[in-house]
Amino acid sequence: MADQSVPPLIRPTMYAVRTYRAIAVLWVRSSLTYPVSFWLLTLGGLLTNGLDFVGIWFMFHRIDVLGGFGLREVGLLYSATSVAIGVGDLLIGSVEQLGQKIRSGQLDAMMTKPVPLLVQVCADQFQLRRLGRISQAVIVFAWAAPVVEWSPARVLVAVMMLVAGGAIFFALFVGFSAIQFWTTDASEFANAFTYGGDTLNQYPMTVFPKELVKSLTYVLPLAFVNWYPCLFLLGRSDPYGAPDWIRFASPVAAAALLLVMSLVWRAGVRHYRSTGS
Amino acid sequence: MSDPLIEVRDLGRDFTVRKRVGTFRRSSRVVHAVRDLSLQIGAGEMVGYIGPNGAGKSTTIKMLTGILVPSRGHLRVADLEPSRKRRELARRIGVVFGQRTSLWWDLPLRDSFELLQRIYEIPTDRYRHNLAAYVDLLDLGTLLDTPVRQLSLGQRMRGDIAAALLHDPGILYLDEPTIGLDVVSKGRLREFLRALNAERGTTLLLTTHDLQDIEALCDRVIVIDHGTAVFDGPLTRLRTTGGATRTLVVDLVDEVPPIAVDGAEVVKVEGPRQWLAFPADASAAALVAQVAAAYDVADLSIHEPDIEDVIWDLYSR
Repeated sequence: MADQSVPPLIRPTMYAVRTYRAIAVLWVRSSLTYPVSFWLLTLGGLLTNGLDFVGIWFMFHRIDVLGGFGLREVGLLYSATSVAIGVGDLLIGSVEQLGQKIRSGQLDAMMTKPVPLLVQVCADQFQLRRLGRISQAVIVFAWAAPVVEWSPARVLVAVMMLVAGGAIFFALFVGFSAIQFWTTDASEFANAFTYGGDTLNQYPMTVFPKELVKSLTYVLPLAFVNWYPCLFLLGRSDPYGAPDWIRFASPVAAAALLLVMSLVWRAGVRHYRSTGS
Repeated sequence: MSDPLIEVRDLGRDFTVRKRVGTFRRSSRVVHAVRDLSLQIGAGEMVGYIGPNGAGKSTTIKMLTGILVPSRGHLRVADLEPSRKRRELARRIGVVFGQRTSLWWDLPLRDSFELLQRIYEIPTDRYRHNLAAYVDLLDLGTLLDTPVRQLSLGQRMRGDIAAALLHDPGILYLDEPTIGLDVVSKGRLREFLRALNAERGTTLLLTTHDLQDIEALCDRVIVIDHGTAVFDGPLTRLRTTGGATRTLVVDLVDEVPPIAVDGAEVVKVEGPRQWLAFPADASAAALVAQVAAAYDVADLSIHEPDIEDVIWDLYSR
């Protein structure tokens, strides 16, 4: 129950985390009531994700470097963005199906509950099997890790990278899904930026034209998910000449994006409540 | 009703409906889903909120629960402005949608209840006490450990109602609670709602198409049409509103031409049986006396106006 000694901002956050966890646990238990289906889907997910990096690996049978980066270095970039989108994907549940929830009236029902709407939407249809993507990415990361000359600073930046990367994808999923408050159906549009961005991030930015890299820095800050922090881990400077401090700026980029996307979400909810679409 | 629990004054809600007129051109039109709606509901009332599809019922409920922001007018529920204090209000109301369940389909009923305990932060002793009470009243004992998907519609509805009440809401909104239920289930549900109102003083606002729900539960009816209240009052008065008539059915000993009496009109003759329509607010006793004095009567019966006809009459005005 409410502990009066807890400071004001902490209490709603704790309530949000607690209710998210409680809803997520029930979704996991729901999916476990169909064990065969659960394990088949988990296995299928592992296979799909497992084959994902194999493509890049085969490519390196023909070439030694890609955009100036070796196989393990690309593996580092690949696994960092994969962990990030995996975390984002795990946390957002079924937010990309927002339009469907609006049409079915499920969103209205959620609005009669005291839990913040975003928490309910994100916890809805929480699937533990999405950990499959993350675990595959963690394996690739462990395999690629020896390419880094580890130091305390690099460990810190690596942790920062994974947390900020997860937050960036989470923000993108939420923000682009919020567009469905206006359109009620544009789930594919969000995917273009999230899964599409993840695919771009699997390659060194040096293979892309400078203009694209710039827009992935300043417009849609996907380069902060893995590219800039990985440059630091690999002891490189940005080939496109960005200042060195940008390699530590991922948390700032993530925080800014979270802020912008939460405003988009709020505007979306307000629009919904005033149009009832 | 010194301090109404629900206070609505000149409430209005518009929707902009866009329609495609050419390949690219779209025209928009403003629809007044709710307009100039005023009503007050006191604590402990049981109110039936009825109207045809598209009359503005669900728009009203959505504004009362804070889902929709009103276009204009004054709205207070439990001293809160719903659209601004939606989540705070949510802790004080219960909502049941008859057409879909809020329960966890694949899990035992108990799990849904336990989640609600966390969501509403119900103290454990309070939760146990309420759960025990509703399990008893709604006969849920054997169902608690059954997955919801295996419950019958009536059992599930009882589960949904218990779920909406675990946090002791002062107001319960029920949207078509008896839809699809068999007669026995309907009866039990109504009995429970009556007891809930009597024992806990829970205010009930019920939207329904089943007028028997209204007759069984509601002292007061609000009829809404084209976004505004066309009737608000006790059920008994609804019957007499709008020139509704009662019918005196007379079985005469002989077949005779239509009876001629003051204040009534023969509407149908079938052999020795005649149907006399008279205003619903007129006394039946005087009429019966008149008929009995002039004719040889074998039997008599009085039919109350059909509530459905009365409402139909209100709508078609």
